Amino acid sequence: MSEAASRAYGSLRRILAEPLGMLGVVLVLLMIGGAVFADLLAAAEPNKISPRDRFLGPSLTHLLGTDQLGRDLFSRALHGGRIALSVALISTAASLAIGVVLGLIAGYGPRWLDNLMILLFDAIKSFPTVMLALALVTLFGPSLTAVMVVVVLVNVPGYGRIIRTQTLALKSAQFVTAAQSMGAGTVRVLRVHILPNVIGPLLILASMDIPVVVAIEAGLSFLGLGVRPPTPSWGAILNDGFTAIRDTPWIAIAGGLPIILITLGFTFLGETLRDVFDPRLKRQG
Amino acid sequence: MLYYSLKRLGLAVAIVSVAMLLLFTMIYLIPGDPAAVALGPRATEAMREALRIKMGLDQPVWIQFWNFFVNAWQGDLGNEVLSDRPVAKVVMEQLPATLALIAGGMVWSVALGIPLGCWTAVKRGGMADRIVGVFSVAVIAVPSFVVAIYALLIFAVTLRWLPAIGAGEPGDLGDQLVHLILPSLAVGIGWVGYIARLVRASMLEVLEASHIRTARAFGLPDRQVTYRYALTIAILPTVTLLGVGIGQMLSSAVFAEIVFARPGVGKLVYDAILTRNYPLVTGAVLVTTVLFILINLIADLVVGYLDPRVRSRL
Repeated sequence: MSEAASRAYGSLRRILAEPLGMLGVVLVLLMIGGAVFADLLAAAEPNKISPRDRFLGPSLTHLLGTDQLGRDLFSRALHGGRIALSVALISTAASLAIGVVLGLIAGYGPRWLDNLMILLFDAIKSFPTVMLALALVTLFGPSLTAVMVVVVLVNVPGYGRIIRTQTLALKSAQFVTAAQSMGAGTVRVLRVHILPNVIGPLLILASMDIPVVVAIEAGLSFLGLGVRPPTPSWGAILNDGFTAIRDTPWIAIAGGLPIILITLGFTFLGETLRDVFDPRLKRQG
Repeated sequence: MLYYSLKRLGLAVAIVSVAMLLLFTMIYLIPGDPAAVALGPRATEAMREALRIKMGLDQPVWIQFWNFFVNAWQGDLGNEVLSDRPVAKVVMEQLPATLALIAGGMVWSVALGIPLGCWTAVKRGGMADRIVGVFSVAVIAVPSFVVAIYALLIFAVTLRWLPAIGAGEPGDLGDQLVHLILPSLAVGIGWVGYIARLVRASMLEVLEASHIRTARAFGLPDRQVTYRYALTIAILPTVTLLGVGIGQMLSSAVFAEIVFARPGVGKLVYDAILTRNYPLVTGAVLVTTVLFILINLIADLVVGYLDPRVRSRL
């Protein structure tokens, strides 16, 4: 086994040794597996309307019951996972990329640029998340793109600030000065000498932010401002269930359960990752 | 303290200004004509033109921004499209209901969070500590609208203990409080977790401090040392956190108001979006943002007053 592989194996064992980490890994794998193999696991089509099967309670044919159009909720919940996870992955990756670049610029650039960036970050952060999301969705019109723009705007200030603080601390480190004096350009210093040193804690934080991203997508879809019907989304199922909550509670349960499981899974996993790899982060809360 | 207060105030004004600029840019950048969007597809060209002039959209960008900026600082957020009433007035009418909801959420989070954090710090490492730890993480993770719907399902629809919709009879305080229980739980429960964790962490730190050791050495009873000397200090970081917390509760309040059909700013914005009442949406967003910045300002000033070390950090 190569050194990197054995190190990865060692970290995995440390995560699995924690009961919470174990639970997190199991939940996350379960939800990812459900989304990836949705077509195999659920026999029914997620969007197939069948008026005769409206509002059926949970049974062996329909594990989570059916909704107001007779669509199988188990299948819709699994396929909803695809939307949630792809939104989470794409928008988290985009926020990381933008946050890292802005943070490096703020930390390494001139003082006035730094102050300007910090002011910008603070201003974006001062919008209450859902209010900002509602405003953006009104402007762009409801769509997945709008949801992702919201996520990026919400995440970038936090990531940018962390990278900026760490870059500031490294800016005058000896190995950076050495590289500069040997004629390394700004881009090379940032890419080769600073970035590898600041990215680790950020990745852990990003993994802990995935529940927030899932919640934003589901929340906007719940309000009817996210994905367009009939695309299956957990938030949309929850909304169908909310409308019919008095008579057919299982629809709301089918929409909420996956949200609860995935947010818990990623949070437990993130907490354990943090404790195992970077205990310093713990004190910052 | 005066220097710190002025500096912090200046920062808040700067942040509000930049937030206004951002909001204006967003409105300006959207494809399409706000007047056309506001009036809907059946409006005539003349009607759109009239509204454009009324909204000042025929003027150059910088003048538009300047007007928006100056008017907003004076509390004039324009008029809403449907009834032509001042946006600021409409939003202010709904604000008390939302503030009541957030206050309720704070009551839940403080009343449960502080004792839980304190208790687990004293009993650290025990079974109770672990259970509360997992509970805290769990309630932080689960989105508030899911909590709201499940709470509605369990306590209002199935058990019928509490009312499901509305804010209660106007003038009947008891009825209003009963209607507040579930929505404020949904808004506040995540913060029970945050506060419990924060109080636990800072209690553990404070309990190690030398003045606590001295108090113990003098033979003061454990209870008095923990609750009177340690907790009063350990509670400080919570004040700053509450500032941030209120902002997030503003977000949760939007969902709680919609799920429980309560009046409030969140419901107002949501209805405004559905009726394409543009100025009302941006106005309400601006009001809540300014409110959030203001609350953080107050929280920072309180902490700066209580803890002089903070003042030099700005």
